Amino acid sequence: MKRGVSRLQLREYLWAYTFLGPAFFFLLVLVVFPILFALWISLHDWSLIPRDFPWIGFANYAEAIEDALTRKSLRNTLVYTIGVVPVGMSLALVLALIMNQDRLPLRTALRTVYFIPVITSWVAVSFVWIWMFEPHYGMVNNVLGFFGIEGPKWLASPTWALPAIMLVAIWKGLGFSMVIFLAGLQSIPREFYEAAQIDGASRWARFQNITFPLLNPTIVFITVTGVIGSLQVFTPAVIMTTRQGEAGGPIDSTRVMVYHIYATAFRYNDLGFGAALAFVLFALILVITLIQLRVTQREFEYG
Amino acid sequence: MTATAPTQAPPANGRLPWLGKGIGLFVLLIGGVWMLLPLGWMLSASLMPLSEVIKVPPVWFAPTKYTVGNFSEVWFNIGFWRFSLNSAFVALTITTCQLLTSTMAGFAFARYEFPGRTVIFIVILSTLMIPFQVIMIPLFIMMAKMGLVNTYWGMIVPAIVTPFGIFLMRQFMLSVPKSLLEAARIDGASEPYIYARIMLPLSKPAIAALTIFTFLSAWDDFLWPLIIINSKQKWTLPIAMSRFTEQYISQTHLQMAGAAVMFLPVLIVFLLMQRNFIEGVAMTGLKG
Repeated sequence: MKRGVSRLQLREYLWAYTFLGPAFFFLLVLVVFPILFALWISLHDWSLIPRDFPWIGFANYAEAIEDALTRKSLRNTLVYTIGVVPVGMSLALVLALIMNQDRLPLRTALRTVYFIPVITSWVAVSFVWIWMFEPHYGMVNNVLGFFGIEGPKWLASPTWALPAIMLVAIWKGLGFSMVIFLAGLQSIPREFYEAAQIDGASRWARFQNITFPLLNPTIVFITVTGVIGSLQVFTPAVIMTTRQGEAGGPIDSTRVMVYHIYATAFRYNDLGFGAALAFVLFALILVITLIQLRVTQREFEYG
Repeated sequence: MTATAPTQAPPANGRLPWLGKGIGLFVLLIGGVWMLLPLGWMLSASLMPLSEVIKVPPVWFAPTKYTVGNFSEVWFNIGFWRFSLNSAFVALTITTCQLLTSTMAGFAFARYEFPGRTVIFIVILSTLMIPFQVIMIPLFIMMAKMGLVNTYWGMIVPAIVTPFGIFLMRQFMLSVPKSLLEAARIDGASEPYIYARIMLPLSKPAIAALTIFTFLSAWDDFLWPLIIINSKQKWTLPIAMSRFTEQYISQTHLQMAGAAVMFLPVLIVFLLMQRNFIEGVAMTGLKG
């Protein structure tokens, strides 16, 4: 329809732009422009104090590759993600499968209980777990002691501090993944199971051949969003490890990328390097997400 | 997402279906205890004097003395009444702004054909993946240039629009039958009327979901206020809490009272409207 635009159509365009205008304008100013600006900053030696910011090309990126602290932060972030996402997902799947049984007593109440940590603020949760992990009177070591296990010093130990934070993240995210899994399980048509049962398929065979493949989009959704979120972990890794104003300890064993970016830019006043580090994190997120989507070979749907 | 619909589980086979169910229920209950113990202890410790909290052997839930002194200390003396107001104001404003921008943009996509429709949508989609860390440094410089550092607006402005909100509303509104909107138009309804009186009421589930998701993220946000706010009058609850790691490092009882101040309002709203919460989070579901 390559005719001239009618008045009615013009009116329609105007309304469309009116409704879209505010969102698109702010998106351009608050997201699109800052991305380009961040790229520009990352190519300079930039600071908070006004002065000339010399162009240094990719020196910040070169430094990111060389810098030992950056490597350590990347390593911690990856360890955290590789620990939290698969363990959290497997636990959530098992719980969702149990919960998805017919006529299970207390189901609604249990779902509510598992969801409470999800809605609880990360800052509050972090403080609670600082004291849960307290070596002497904290609940974790007392429960372990009850079973005759002598617990580690958790947040005070370079070996156990990161795993402690990972445990908290699994605890907090479990209810969320479980609810998504439940929704996924309920979308599998019941007839499939009935047919399989008539054919004499065992419980395991039904899981393997019906549940698991049909749950694939849900699994992809949870791993992809879980990885994206985990790579950006910040609050617990800061709150639970801050001693004398410095976070990420003991001996940088819990220094994660987002804290590294924040500290570089706003504490050490090196905005250029901070911006470059942010792009390193972005690249990491992008690459891992693409690999995940490629491996699972399915289309990923949001929402 | 119909997480609450009656489940269609495979009928259990095997001779003792109730045994499997019993073991399953037991596992769920153990897990449930693991979910609640830390939070229960938080509430319990928030009501204990410090001497009881750090007693060895520990008394977690049955101290000899309960007190509300921690709350009055945190609320009045440390100033949590102010930080709560700040948090509530910022989170509510962000939620309102985001609902407005997202529903309007979603409406534009769902209702109209216009030049640039696809291109604009692709631009929005491509920003969906951008982590906040990439833009926070330039945002800070921009806020500084506009004189918004250490102001409420400095906290609010970067969150008044998100590609995620637009995306969510667009997806939902596209599923609203066009004939409904067309009928209203034939009846002589104006476009703003169609948006406010027809589209918005029909989009309630998505609006509820976005409200909960946005409010919770704003209430919980720590990184951006940490960067943009430096005066105590404007601290939000997460920033105030984080100061406990410096000033009140071993004051467990006060920390737990502070944590409870953050936790209880959200818990109460959650318990009142669980269905909306759980389905809403499952629907928005981008962040845990």
